[in-house]
Amino acid sequence: MHLTEEQIKKLESTACQLRQDVISMLLEAKSGHSAGPLGMADVFTVLYFTCAVNHDPKNPDWPERDRIVLSNGHICPIQYAAMARAGYFPVKELKTLRKFNSRLQGHPHREKLPGIETSSGPLGSGLSQACGMAYAFKMDKTKQQVICLMGDGEQDCGQVWEAAMWAGKNKLDNLTMIIDRNNIQIDGFTEDVMPLEPLRQKYESFGWHVLEIDGNNIREIYDAIFEARAIFEKPVCIIAHTIPGKGVDFMEFDFTWHGKPPQPEEGNKALEQLRTLGGKIKTEL
Amino acid sequence: MIKLNPKIFKDDIEQEPTRFGFGKGLVLAGKENKNVIALCADLTGSTKIDDFKKEFPDRFIETGIAEQNMASLASGLAAVGKIPFIASYAMFSPGRNWEQVRTTICYNNVNVKIAGAHAGVSVGPDGATHQAIEDIAITRIIPNMTVIVPCDSIETKKATLAAARTKGPVYLRFAREKTPVFTTEETPFEIGKAGIFREAPPAGGDVSLIACGPLVYEALKAAETLSKEGIEAEVINNHTIKPMDKEIILESVKKTGCAVTVEEHQAAGGMGSAVCEILAQEYPVPVEIVGVKDRFGESGEPEELLKAFGLTEKEIIEAVKRVISKK
Repeated sequence: MHLTEEQIKKLESTACQLRQDVISMLLEAKSGHSAGPLGMADVFTVLYFTCAVNHDPKNPDWPERDRIVLSNGHICPIQYAAMARAGYFPVKELKTLRKFNSRLQGHPHREKLPGIETSSGPLGSGLSQACGMAYAFKMDKTKQQVICLMGDGEQDCGQVWEAAMWAGKNKLDNLTMIIDRNNIQIDGFTEDVMPLEPLRQKYESFGWHVLEIDGNNIREIYDAIFEARAIFEKPVCIIAHTIPGKGVDFMEFDFTWHGKPPQPEEGNKALEQLRTLGGKIKTEL
Repeated sequence: MIKLNPKIFKDDIEQEPTRFGFGKGLVLAGKENKNVIALCADLTGSTKIDDFKKEFPDRFIETGIAEQNMASLASGLAAVGKIPFIASYAMFSPGRNWEQVRTTICYNNVNVKIAGAHAGVSVGPDGATHQAIEDIAITRIIPNMTVIVPCDSIETKKATLAAARTKGPVYLRFAREKTPVFTTEETPFEIGKAGIFREAPPAGGDVSLIACGPLVYEALKAAETLSKEGIEAEVINNHTIKPMDKEIILESVKKTGCAVTVEEHQAAGGMGSAVCEILAQEYPVPVEIVGVKDRFGESGEPEELLKAFGLTEKEIIEAVKRVISKK
């Protein structure tokens, strides 16, 4: 079951909307991360606005839902934007990001916001939790899928490889991990900070099935998630090559945008760029 | 009056490590609730989680030597309705994996039980690397966490069952060595409810002896000896470090006017500190803390280590005399 051209156009326009939401939220919050959320807008659009993931915004505790586990919690603005636009909570609440009393904590908190599967922020622990959920579903012989979103920088953490080994050992074929391979982290380019390559071979040698896609291409993201569901006896790692800061030309590929928000002038420029593209973000690599 | 083992001060009192009670308690918990599962990081035999593994092989998960992964796996399992018990040496869990315990278990407020074996210097020959004497401090300061230090193997069995029945994160602390089994099946146990194991005379006693873990036995022995010298101690088994039974402690101290705390843990940050936090704010009285004085453990036989670190009847008696002189 493939997406039609028309569906893809609509989804691209949704992704553009989410990017604008992210910029508006960061402008209001005056702190937070820019590059990662923008780069992952297309992945989140597929997760929350297609049938790739079973979920129900009106019933976030629905036991049969698939679990979306965000490990790199700092990109939460894009998850919040996707959840609001999908109907989990009012869009106007997005403006409360990082503010006192907000359900939208600077890094997500499970106890605050229904639909958030785990509190995250300290990097490297999401995959373990996703493994625990996937294993529990296998124990119960139920059908839920677990999708774990990770950054590439957090692949530096030892715990990730403890979990990767464990998932391979237990053949968690109901687990799909999507790595945001945008090549940047706070201190610079990933290959300068701590080389990850060959990342694909690393996961393959740990017993994973690995797919590599253009993480800013809606069709490739959607198809990969369905392909992952069809893989048996192995967990699946989707290495999603994304452009950090995607959609805002002065942020793209620049690691200095990893951990800072736009200043008002920059934000307005970013919003203008996103609006004029009118949702027709090109999906070339 | 609480019923203790009638052979309590006899030489032939039964001896068993507290961790054995954990093994038995976990099997009972597993029989009671099918959601109870167990994880271990390559220490199934010495943590006694092998009892559960034998009984419920499908509900046992081996993680290998990966305590950080084990803690967060448990968080994920609990998020889907399981009641995971994770077991290792206390030095590694909640030691090495403290941040995972804090964020993925306690901040998420999920139903995970952390079983820390081989706590205290009485671990013996393995030495300081394996002797957790900081674990009470690092667990009791985490919101949502319950911290229990049972005094013998029977109480550990009860604590394990009670932990399985209680919602939320719980830390259970065990020792390696055989210690006297001085409680009985009939001795009451309830999380958050300290037990008065030796009551001061109605006219009021001279000191409140507040202890946890196997050292409760040393405190009882000290109280017997002191009594012969005309000093009457009330002995409290303060097994739940958090939430602590404020009421019993305050009531006792109001009668006695001073307290000595006893634990096989750093004197800083542990059970004694928690007692001081209560007393300093609500009823300031002189306190002496019997614990490890800001140093690491070392190799040796358990008994000689307890002596060397000042954790026996003798030091408790000295502390009692010091604290009474300050009244």
